[in-house]
Amino acid sequence: MRWRRDFVPPALLIVVLILGWYFVARVSGLRSFILPTPLDVFRAGWETRGLLLNAIGTTLLATGIGLMLALVAGIGIAALVDFWSLAHRALYPILVVSQTIQILAIAPILIIWFGFGLTPTVLIVVLFCFFPLAISTADGLTSSDPELIALLRAMGANKRQIWRIVRLPSALPSFFSGLRMAVTYSVVAATIGEWVGGSPGLGLYMLRSKNALATDQVFVAMFITSFLSIALFMLVYGIERLTLPWYHSAQRTEQWEGPGIY
Amino acid sequence: MTIPRIEFRHISKTFFGIAHAVPALQDISLKVMPGEFVTIIGASGSGKSTLFNLCVGLIEPDAGEILIDGEIPQNRTGMVGYMPQRDLLLPWRSVLDNVLLPLEIQGIPRKESRQRAFDMLPHFGLEGFENEYPSALSGGMRQRAALLRTWLMGRSTLLLDEPFGALDALTRKELQDWLLRVWQEFGRTVMFITHDVEEAVYLADRVIVLSTRPGVVRRELKVDLPRPRRQRMIAEHRFGILVRGLLADLGVDV
Repeated sequence: MRWRRDFVPPALLIVVLILGWYFVARVSGLRSFILPTPLDVFRAGWETRGLLLNAIGTTLLATGIGLMLALVAGIGIAALVDFWSLAHRALYPILVVSQTIQILAIAPILIIWFGFGLTPTVLIVVLFCFFPLAISTADGLTSSDPELIALLRAMGANKRQIWRIVRLPSALPSFFSGLRMAVTYSVVAATIGEWVGGSPGLGLYMLRSKNALATDQVFVAMFITSFLSIALFMLVYGIERLTLPWYHSAQRTEQWEGPGIY
Repeated sequence: MTIPRIEFRHISKTFFGIAHAVPALQDISLKVMPGEFVTIIGASGSGKSTLFNLCVGLIEPDAGEILIDGEIPQNRTGMVGYMPQRDLLLPWRSVLDNVLLPLEIQGIPRKESRQRAFDMLPHFGLEGFENEYPSALSGGMRQRAALLRTWLMGRSTLLLDEPFGALDALTRKELQDWLLRVWQEFGRTVMFITHDVEEAVYLADRVIVLSTRPGVVRRELKVDLPRPRRQRMIAEHRFGILVRGLLADLGVDV
């Protein structure tokens, strides 16, 4: 069964790792604020559940708004760069430079400009996420088969038809790769924004817990952040499979899974 | 006097590479009459595909004129049916949506174009496969789907560029006979590129031999074998003589 084949090995490994952690934490005799046991972490999460739920809500709100804006910006930039080669030459280097800027330095500046609250957090999410979206969408748009475009031209298609029939659909797999990357970054990006003083979400919870030496709570926040990222990733993957059934069709994937390739 | 479907008048085309100018076609003149099946044969580099790319309006000749139904059109794209070497089916579209592509481009209402496609599906052996993705089809079926797509453009002339080149020998023979049947039943004009001498003779009313760099018409050979053609004719004496002549023209017969 496919489900069993795909999910049982990682689940088993995770259980083994948690047991190992528990064992090390108990045997080493380290104190709880240095290395809490998994049980301590679970208890800490349960005890602060009210606070956590609020924090999760705030973080998800910032993440969601940030992702939407990043989508608009990313696709917009990709389309601009695609339609207009001057924009391509002018923008591409700046896009790359934008990713080399230290977010940790930019974040406090954003807070100075926009005050404490949702806005700087959202902006940091956008800064993290628009880049993979823009690059992957732009690359996707240029990845369509030139012979296919020639065929459509020979059939008498105009530019708009070629864009709709060939270029847009062939960009989608690449776009979704970018989106998967973006959503994986997004939650971490939001917590970074909150850590440096943005909205009162998981990042702030983490910061306060760290300052109080409540290491178990730091772990709680870490796990929840991971969990949210994974959930978003799976959600996007699910949407991708529904949107691109041809790309994930059995005939296609079998070609990758054939024996002897790896 | 009948007007040729396609007429090339003194066509020349040169491509410019990094270090060389490559003369692809030089002073090509030829006519294809309505209902005719013309095969074009030549070694690779003889400008066969260039001839087609010129005809469908993807590139412009350096010199000469291309007439379609006796006129020199401003823009030749969309005027003749064209099938390139690869099937180029869109992997994200079902077989039906793939073959409807030319009608969609022409802006024909979907209901009407679906009707046209469903009328032709059985003739192309694709009945019952209209909702599959191309990845689920065999090589021969993909080729037939690409041909149906070309067919549904609704143009009286079809340019087929080595449509059976990538198929195994048996499937190829099967599709040759099938193509001839469809051609005779619906009476279109066909220009067919191949590098297979037997195929060129078997299908054609007339074989045009192109030489290599620059491509010039070396010879036109009339094939006076009776129709309908049968695969067993390949073993007949007259067929052999035609093939031998072509091999000599192509410089392969030593």
